[in-house]
Amino acid sequence: MSSLPADLRYAKSHEWVRPEADGTVTVGITDYAQNSLGDITYVQAPKVGAVLAAGAVFGVVESVKAASDLYAPVAGTVVAVNPALDGAPETVNREPYGAGWMMRLRPADPAAPGALLDAAAYAALLG
Amino acid sequence: MTQLQRTPLRDFHAARGARLVDFAGWEMPVQYRSILEEHRAVRRAAGLFDVSHMGEFDVRGPGAAAFLNRLVTNDVARLFPGRVLYSPMCYPDGGVVDDLLVYQRAADDFFLCVNAGNLARDLEWIRSQAAGHDVTVTDRSAETALLALQGPRAVAILQGLTATKLSEIGYYHFAAGEVAGVPCVLSRTGYTGEDGFELYHAAGHAVRLAEALLAAGAPHGLELAGLGARDSLRLEAGYPLYGHELSPEFSPLAAGLGWTVKLDKGCDFIGRDALLSEKRAGSPRRVVYFRTGDRRILRPDAPVLDAAGAAVGRVLSGTLSPILQEAIGSALVATAAATAPLAVDVRGVAVPLQLVRPPFVPLGRT
Repeated sequence: MSSLPADLRYAKSHEWVRPEADGTVTVGITDYAQNSLGDITYVQAPKVGAVLAAGAVFGVVESVKAASDLYAPVAGTVVAVNPALDGAPETVNREPYGAGWMMRLRPADPAAPGALLDAAAYAALLG
Repeated sequence: MTQLQRTPLRDFHAARGARLVDFAGWEMPVQYRSILEEHRAVRRAAGLFDVSHMGEFDVRGPGAAAFLNRLVTNDVARLFPGRVLYSPMCYPDGGVVDDLLVYQRAADDFFLCVNAGNLARDLEWIRSQAAGHDVTVTDRSAETALLALQGPRAVAILQGLTATKLSEIGYYHFAAGEVAGVPCVLSRTGYTGEDGFELYHAAGHAVRLAEALLAAGAPHGLELAGLGARDSLRLEAGYPLYGHELSPEFSPLAAGLGWTVKLDKGCDFIGRDALLSEKRAGSPRRVVYFRTGDRRILRPDAPVLDAAGAAVGRVLSGTLSPILQEAIGSALVATAAATAPLAVDVRGVAVPLQLVRPPFVPLGRT
């Protein structure tokens, strides 16, 4: 298991959240998630402007094995999606915490990301 | 939960980072690092697959040739020592028991290679049909290991480890020899569409042989490849997989394997009457292969829809072609619907099927 970035927050459904300086958050899936899925072949992203409830399905990630829903870790409005994943979804396998990010949200509640798991709590969840 | 069966290479795989999964009751490597990368390595250079889970049966005796020609749909009389034949084996109703390779060693000496998932049922079926024939059927599966070396560099890699002149073994031919000092049957066959060999050998030698092949192949770009890549390679090549494009539910004619059904081979065989009728009347359903121009994978059992949205079939296999970078697959559809526009619903989007005749990509071995 690779180490978990300490500056991120984590959801039990294996998405991560990075608070950005402008008040938005970047969302992706964890290294554990991409490794469990195997080769990622397609990412269905939400529409910019979509309003998501916490826990709502915001997209789908497909691997050779299966298609899995993606869940919004916090409520908010989609302000950007990662255009690179259209042509190169395998970026999620290679760089789950970097170039493989999936969307940027403006949280409905600025305090919500802070209530997610920190790296130590997520590591404990993974066991 | 029953204990999974293990090939002699189970620990070899685990030590090389394999993800081991239950495949037909066997603990098998589905991938080592990436299905897509292992697939591309086989098309570009070479891949080494452990397929020791497959079954091997000796069929020997004065009645062996006649028995086998009654058992399978292809013409066993075309074989001679050193020649391999691919054939379905059918039930009386024309449904498929299994597809297999028939090897002839000598006049009265054959062996079969069958799918792991069908091994027990095949053995029971073959033995039940052997009554009255002067043959002995022996299950050699447990003591036999099988490594497949596939790809454009496979022959060069193997030639460095054997004194057998590989250039003298044609496609679907085989010879006995030694590879890295291990006695093997060297069979110029495979399931990837690339040139290569399948090496049958004693289970006790499997690790030594695998290590020797991997070491000799490394400078050529050889990589270990798992069952994930094996499946996408065979689908890209347009080869059927039992349980998907072959089934007890429909005939080899419906599966597009008419070339393996020799109705006029000069002897009766199991399923002939049903297959003859189906050939005259036309198959009510047939297997088609498709690409989509889209990356979304169409999954087995997804309904295939006609232009009016009515279900006219179902997806049998689907994957992303790592070479084409688009979804490819196969479907079983009503023959009457197979010439009209077809689509498969993926999460509310109708993805149109472009029917194609496989292979989907140019193959090294055609």
